[in-house]
Amino acid sequence: MSLDLGRYESVIGLEVHAEMLTASKIFCGCSAAFGAAPNAHTCPVCLGMPGVLPVLNRRVVEFAVRAGLATHCTIAARNRWARKNYFYPDLAKGYQISQYELPICTGGWLDVAVDGAVKRVRLTRIHMEEDTGKNIHDAHGDSSLVDFNRSGVPLLEIVSEPDMATPEEAGAYLRTLRTLVQYLGICDGNMEEGSFRCDANVSVRPRGETALGVKVEIKNMNSFRSVERAIAFELRRQVAVLDEGGHLVQETRLWDADREETRSMRTKEHAHDYRYFPDPDLPPVLVSEALIARVRSALPELPEARRERFVAAFGLPPYDAEVLTARRDLADYFEAVVAAHPNAKAASNWIMGDVIRLIRERKLDEAATITDWPVAPARLAAMIALIDDGTISGKIAKTVFEEMLASDESPRAIVERKGLVQVSDEGPILAAIEQVLAAHPDKVAELRAGKDKLFGFFVGQVMKATGGKANPPLVNKLLAAKLKG
Amino acid sequence: MTPAPHDITIVEAAARLRAGSLTAEALTEAALARIAATDGTLGSFITVTADAARAAARAADRALRTGTAASPLAGIPVAVKDVIATAGVQTTAGSRILEGFVPPYDATVAARLKAAGAVIVGKANCDEFAMGSSNENSAYGPARNPWDPTRVPGGSSGGSATAVAGGQALASLGTDTGGSIRLPASYCGLVGMKPTYGRVSRYGVVAYASSLDQVGPFARTVRDCALVLGTIAGHDPRDSTSVDRPVPAFDAALAAGAAGLRIGVPREYFTDGMQPDVEGAVRAAVDTLAGAGAAVREVSLPHSEYAVACYYVLATAEASSNLARYDGVRYGIRRAGDEGLLAMYRKTRAAGFGAEVKRRIMLGTYALSAGYYDAYYLKAQKVRTLIRRDFDRAFADVDVLATPVAPTTAFRLGEKTADPLQMYLVDVFTNPASLAGLPAIVVPCGRDAAGLPIGLQIVGPPFGEEAVLRAAQAFEDATDWHRARPPELGGRA
Repeated sequence: MSLDLGRYESVIGLEVHAEMLTASKIFCGCSAAFGAAPNAHTCPVCLGMPGVLPVLNRRVVEFAVRAGLATHCTIAARNRWARKNYFYPDLAKGYQISQYELPICTGGWLDVAVDGAVKRVRLTRIHMEEDTGKNIHDAHGDSSLVDFNRSGVPLLEIVSEPDMATPEEAGAYLRTLRTLVQYLGICDGNMEEGSFRCDANVSVRPRGETALGVKVEIKNMNSFRSVERAIAFELRRQVAVLDEGGHLVQETRLWDADREETRSMRTKEHAHDYRYFPDPDLPPVLVSEALIARVRSALPELPEARRERFVAAFGLPPYDAEVLTARRDLADYFEAVVAAHPNAKAASNWIMGDVIRLIRERKLDEAATITDWPVAPARLAAMIALIDDGTISGKIAKTVFEEMLASDESPRAIVERKGLVQVSDEGPILAAIEQVLAAHPDKVAELRAGKDKLFGFFVGQVMKATGGKANPPLVNKLLAAKLKG
Repeated sequence: MTPAPHDITIVEAAARLRAGSLTAEALTEAALARIAATDGTLGSFITVTADAARAAARAADRALRTGTAASPLAGIPVAVKDVIATAGVQTTAGSRILEGFVPPYDATVAARLKAAGAVIVGKANCDEFAMGSSNENSAYGPARNPWDPTRVPGGSSGGSATAVAGGQALASLGTDTGGSIRLPASYCGLVGMKPTYGRVSRYGVVAYASSLDQVGPFARTVRDCALVLGTIAGHDPRDSTSVDRPVPAFDAALAAGAAGLRIGVPREYFTDGMQPDVEGAVRAAVDTLAGAGAAVREVSLPHSEYAVACYYVLATAEASSNLARYDGVRYGIRRAGDEGLLAMYRKTRAAGFGAEVKRRIMLGTYALSAGYYDAYYLKAQKVRTLIRRDFDRAFADVDVLATPVAPTTAFRLGEKTADPLQMYLVDVFTNPASLAGLPAIVVPCGRDAAGLPIGLQIVGPPFGEEAVLRAAQAFEDATDWHRARPPELGGRA
């Protein structure tokens, strides 16, 4: 999706809203879990009833500090809540408690791998705020309904500098950030369910120009693909407008994923005046050195470091390390397999092949943390051990793997029950070879006449004759001796 | 014989309830009878909770009989301003927009009164969302001053004051944002107190201006006031602005007397436009305290003149945001048609809010708007700091300040409704302590030529409730103004 903007260059910044994985909401004791019956997780506080007051969930501050430390931000020892005022039915109080002029984190960065190079994207700020409820239209005749379960779920807003130049860089930044918040255990990163949301600020300017062009904000992108495609569309649209001698207006546009286009939602003249002011119901948030030290010491190994370690300690190719560390739980799974049986490359191959295929098929990756793995790591390790000690072939292992999905047996038990033990005795294999050669005299003649590619055919026939159990290298060796001898 | 409730204090009633010469049920019936007989005139209540009151009284009697009624408020009929949420009982904040709204929760202060065994007889009338100085802004009609029903009781906690002054309850809770307890206490001849900001929980109290709102008591004596304050005060984990510090035994502070007390009299609080007998009564009150052994000196609070302007920027800014939740979506009235969301908001809020509330929402919205924020909201915050520093400096040299409560005594209904600025200026002497978050009590200290009560305001440093109560008690001990009753309720003292 390389984009040629001619004499223009693009400037992209992203605002990400990440729902925090706290047990309860930010300002009340209601559950913050997704998926309950409408309005089941509500109380007078998150419904904005008269006279009730917010009380801060301390975990939210801890999570924000975690995110800030992992992105090299400065943590403000004293930061403050602000009210963002606007009317909307899903906004219970008529204002959102957010942070404005004194956010908790400022000035960090994220290193992002794009096309083999590392791009540093600076962060403007990270702040804490409450989520809104959700309007539900078209489900109840002419009326709209509101579900306040999400009202008061804690959010981190992560704002980047306009440091990205292409849709691919924006996508890579977003993926890197999602992996990071998942590693930190502060967000499940689910874009479809809306727990990881992204708005993009996009502008173009003539190459070499330093002043920024007219900024357009794009909303309503609910997948990585949407983000990349929406930005690409918008850049092309802006260049087209300018090329035709037109003027761009500062506006907010919505991405329509079906029609693959952005549409104007509101222009600057109709932009909200949010009338931010310090929230008088909440004292400033004081972040002590002790809290920062405690959070820092409890930070998990971050994706970048883990990737490097997988290459260095396990001898994995960088690509494998990248894939395996894309999720913290997947990387943990890999390490558990290797701990039980130290063949890292085999473990990587099985995970990157069959395990990830099954995870995708079963949509297990939609969970914040995968717990019901298709095959337990110890079982996968035991199976790889059976391959490595010659008990089964890699081909038989495919059968064993499929069996493990259906039964609770160990790989060894499956091998024994189904009689899958590899045949490594020369006798039965030689017998099978004789039988195959006898059945195909014409092909034997062709091969001997120089048609080498028929060798594979004979290997296949021998394997088939032994029920797939013959030791493949041995088959190769004996067959070669027989045919060429 | 059961005494008329308006003739008896909490302290007296508590003693008689324990001696068995009075029951909570009889006392409550007397209060309810008094409400039935007088509320057509006084308009103290938006909702009378007779059944719940009778049940609470019977429960209090059982506790009193078994000796488990620890609080002096057990069995005492009280009124609660209708901005204070009461579970299962309509809570309107004096507004049409909350008509029929029944909260599923108690405000912490209501819960604490109930836990003490107090008998809530009803929800007291008030200016809509506590915005007003005369109780004329209530959507449920005005409350009237028992001393002269053609006059206002002061606001915004007008009904809380008239309920006590009119003998319908022995004490009540009001809220004070810029003077809303102190002004009605002064106009109705009562003791009324605004505690230090953070001393009493705001949880469940319909917010007007969150950085200023405080709940406080009305009572007939300083000791009664201290008992109610002691019941409602204290840290509440549900209000992050309530302060986590121990609540002193307020009534223990009362006995210390005036001797050795250092009292400051701010010169800026005696202005040209004042009613002469108000100034006279307040100066006489200061002399009384001096006579009782207090050391009096003049002090200066130079930024006082900016307090009203500062208050009306900050309070309205906060109000514009606090009142955004009344949108017709979740509770209260809704005026909707088929013209969409914006029309629903407009119609609901147009029909639900009164003129003064709309005025303040507009003022506050303006003060917070892009391009005006620095000139109004931010500037007012800076002025607030200067006002607070004035007080800090004064309290370096004195224990409490003694001042008038308002420039005049109670004015007539309708007298100031056409001129909002004149109405706002009624708060000129009460706004400063609100902005500084200070505790302030009002005690009756005289009457004007028309026989209307005059109040003395005593202001203390942050969490200086004990000094304030001590000074007030010393004054009460030296005078009889607190014994005075409105004329039609038993003659003047």
